Amino acid sequence: MGRPEPRVDGRLKVTGNARYASDFPVANPAHACLVTSAIAKGRIVSFDLDDARAVPGVLDILTHETVGNEVHEPKFFGSGGTASTIHRPLSSAQISHAGQIVAIVVADTYEAAREAAYRVRVTYEEEDAATTLDSDGVETLPATKVRKEHKNPRVGDAAAALRAAPVTIDAVYETPTQHHNAIELYATTCVWSGEQLTVYEPSQFVHALKHAMAEQLGIDAEDVRVISPYVGGAFGSKAAVTPRTALVAIAARRLNRPVKLVATRAQGFTIATYRAETRHRVRLGAQRDGKLTAYVHEGWEATSRLDDYLVGGTETTAHIYDVPNVSTRVNVVRTDRATPGFMRSPPEVPYVFALETALDELAEALDMDPIELRRINDTRNDPITGAPYTSRSLMACYDEASRAFGWRRRNLPPGSMRDGDWLVGWGCATAVYPTFMGAATARVRLARNGATRVEIAAHDLGTGAYTAIAQTAAERLGLPVAAVEVLLGDSALPAAPVAGGSNTTASCCNVVAKACDGIRRRLVRAAMRADRGPLRGRKPSSVNFVDRHIAGEDGAKVSLADAFDMLGAPMIEEYAHWLPHGMEPDALKKLHLGSAALTGGAMEDRIAAAFGAELVELRVNVYTGELRVPRIVGAFAAGRIVNPRTAHSQYVGGMIWGIASALHEQTELDRRVARYVNTDLAEYLIPVNADVPDVQAILVSEEDRLVNPLGIKGLGELANVGTAAALGNALYHATGRRIRKLPLRIEDVL
Amino acid sequence: MRPFLYERATSECAAVQLAASGAPAQFLAGGTTLIDLMKLDVLRPARLIDINGLAAGAAGLIEEREGALRLGALVDMAQAAEHPVVRRKFPVLADALRQAASQQVRNMASLGGNLLQRTRCPYYRDRSWPACNRRKPGSGCGALHGQNRGHAVLGVSDACIATYPGDLAVALVALDAVLEIIGADGARTMGAAELHRLPADTPHVETNLAPGQLIAAIRVPAGPWTRRSLYLKVRDRESYQFALASAAVALDLSDGMVRHARVGLGGVATIPWRATAAEDQLVGRRLDGELARATAEAAFAAARPARHNAFKLGLGKRTLERALLQAAQMEL
Repeated sequence: MGRPEPRVDGRLKVTGNARYASDFPVANPAHACLVTSAIAKGRIVSFDLDDARAVPGVLDILTHETVGNEVHEPKFFGSGGTASTIHRPLSSAQISHAGQIVAIVVADTYEAAREAAYRVRVTYEEEDAATTLDSDGVETLPATKVRKEHKNPRVGDAAAALRAAPVTIDAVYETPTQHHNAIELYATTCVWSGEQLTVYEPSQFVHALKHAMAEQLGIDAEDVRVISPYVGGAFGSKAAVTPRTALVAIAARRLNRPVKLVATRAQGFTIATYRAETRHRVRLGAQRDGKLTAYVHEGWEATSRLDDYLVGGTETTAHIYDVPNVSTRVNVVRTDRATPGFMRSPPEVPYVFALETALDELAEALDMDPIELRRINDTRNDPITGAPYTSRSLMACYDEASRAFGWRRRNLPPGSMRDGDWLVGWGCATAVYPTFMGAATARVRLARNGATRVEIAAHDLGTGAYTAIAQTAAERLGLPVAAVEVLLGDSALPAAPVAGGSNTTASCCNVVAKACDGIRRRLVRAAMRADRGPLRGRKPSSVNFVDRHIAGEDGAKVSLADAFDMLGAPMIEEYAHWLPHGMEPDALKKLHLGSAALTGGAMEDRIAAAFGAELVELRVNVYTGELRVPRIVGAFAAGRIVNPRTAHSQYVGGMIWGIASALHEQTELDRRVARYVNTDLAEYLIPVNADVPDVQAILVSEEDRLVNPLGIKGLGELANVGTAAALGNALYHATGRRIRKLPLRIEDVL
Repeated sequence: MRPFLYERATSECAAVQLAASGAPAQFLAGGTTLIDLMKLDVLRPARLIDINGLAAGAAGLIEEREGALRLGALVDMAQAAEHPVVRRKFPVLADALRQAASQQVRNMASLGGNLLQRTRCPYYRDRSWPACNRRKPGSGCGALHGQNRGHAVLGVSDACIATYPGDLAVALVALDAVLEIIGADGARTMGAAELHRLPADTPHVETNLAPGQLIAAIRVPAGPWTRRSLYLKVRDRESYQFALASAAVALDLSDGMVRHARVGLGGVATIPWRATAAEDQLVGRRLDGELARATAEAAFAAARPARHNAFKLGLGKRTLERALLQAAQMEL
């Protein structure tokens, strides 16, 4: 652990041998193509399927007229279930969002299915749809009303503190709709063998998908197996169970033949979740020396009519600076859209953008360096509860990032730096992500020759989980990483948490280490008891596993093979479970039922979070308004780093995502009809290589003895937080114009 | 995708003869637009005639004859962008090609096909939108009062505001390029500027090519302005995006005075836009910041913005202004 091991699955991936969901060969598959709704609200009056049925090779067309009540109502994950929505697919003529699945065509070939899908004619009765936050017909409700357990963090008397503050900021910020757009499309293959169903689907939570299928199809969970060893990007979109899976299973059952679905890129914008648009009003009060006295944050988030999805990011922002008076409030706005869902750092991306921009406005009002403002308001304790941070290195991150960036050379006044045709601005912002952990189980088997196998139903979304878990077992057992085989992404394996909240490394490495410790104990005991053994009579705590040996401090050692012989067994298998601090004791039972419960962040007795500092240079062309980012430096501290190579990759990818969030990504809506417009990767912009020429990630060392036994904090969702604020702040520094709405675009600066 | 008949032609003659007989056919070269739109069920040709084999003949060559450039229609964009004569003597063409699409697409796409690239208007490309006069004549224009940030401000009509997305054609109309057209009834030429039709009230008729006619080559005359030429393309990201605004500029200067000027505009118009009003402003005057500004104003005098693309007026003007001043400063 701690070494930059190359990815253990790297070779498989670059040679095309890693099997993603739609790559699994199944016998004689039929191919499905979805038909999705062209209207956002209303009902289907009729289908004309004659043309579609006439396409050679078409086997079946499922609509609400054929499926009806077959799918049982899914339980929304926001209410403790596993599904992205309570919507029952193909259960009625009702349309509740544009792009809702209205039919599935199944055919012998993909081409026939797609052609027939185009030939399905649907007649709708359309009603006016409410598109977004300020549209007519939306319904705005406080979060506390729709989610019993929602708490708006607050402390002190923020209103009074604002009134008394000599310097105040009061501004409104907006963030747009965004879609994950993982390269791997939404794919599902379902294979029935008698009563047993196998689902091949890219998943961030195979156990949840297994139980969801059992519930939605009314079958026994033990008859469902979900296989998802590799996932081609997920970012939250493959965590909650979407309506398509049950439909593919039903289609396969009707035909008694495997059915394979790979939805199109455009369909991916509406058959799964997305990051909804948000609005924020932030008010800050401060003394003239920069000390914050009041923070008031009200957020509005778009959701659907069916489900109250909620990110409530003040749960993060209220805890990160030393402010004695805090008041927050979150609202959901019900629209006629699909239900939003997790997207990389769901609460932090919008809410931290608002707060970190407001802080820059405050620094400007105070005529103060923005990093200095954050230093003045740094804290070791949660300002809401007073509980201590398990560790916190925010200012160390700023120090290292500033040094690498050359921040000292920054001119304070806006518009004061220029290079030829380009106005130059430097901006900064804090990145933060709460540390989450979940209950986890794992099985580890060690053979006499050192061959190790780790079994855990965790998920590698491209993040490096295989490698981190292999490194953990290898270090624990004194073996090279190559001796460890790791099996993930299969619901037949011991249950692991959802790959969400950046908890996988912390949860899974801790439970795998615990299983390895069980193996160690048995071998050490055998070695210590063996007659004439070199370690006979030692204390268990005095030996370590190094280089295929159990070694004492004085150099005495026993080879693994000898230890096995002393034990009299060819191999040891250990099963372990792990409950993080603060987790309810029934969490394991719930985990086995597909519960996504995690613990962490602001707890009663402590607060755990990873921090970073991001410094950016933004250039604005004085003639054309083009916005470019020649460089970005981020420094991050996230406890113990299991693999600096994969961590570095997460940070670099995160900052690029952040640049995208600031300058490129926006799902555009046709507000008249609540439909998305730019539903392909030519028009939904993400950065190309030329947009990210110099992205530097610095790993700041941090030791955390409290957060969990291995001292690991999640970091996958850290680096894309704050970037957009840093860029908006840099834009202000370059031009003197404050843009409070993302993405920042040419038309904002012309 | 709907089933279609696939045939292959190995000569220009065979290609146009095949096209002239049997069910209506479309020519297939790189396929970067056609196959894409067939998958989306927007284009539904009954027959495809694959003309990639023509690249082995004159249609695959770049030649310089008496100063004029002849670009075979089957030359791929990458090849043309890297050709030394194109780069040295017609920099505006090389610039336009290099900034179009991605290297992978440029490797596939032919020059002739690139000129005929269809609009990226989402209301056109997604057939589930009920209104698109270009796709479904008489159905209305979805973009006119819809999401129209990327749409045109020049050459628009109430029937269509879809932007012509290409870059090369913008440079070609500026340089008075001529297209060699062949059909079953023989060969003819057509000015590059005559290829595309303004949408007016028939946006579905996009070009003046008759059915079965094939672009065989592009001839670009050289003039004292072709060396001092450039293509400036402005977009949200650095590469791989269609222009929000672009300008193709070619100037013949003498002691700072403009003797000849050629100006094309892209990303802002429904067709590759020749800005003759701008050219008239320039000729016979000293090119300075003030004249560049006045020229840009003239170029956009007739612009008609919609709700989300009003910024293209300012952006288009600045892009042209900048392109003119940069061209004036080019060292030859």
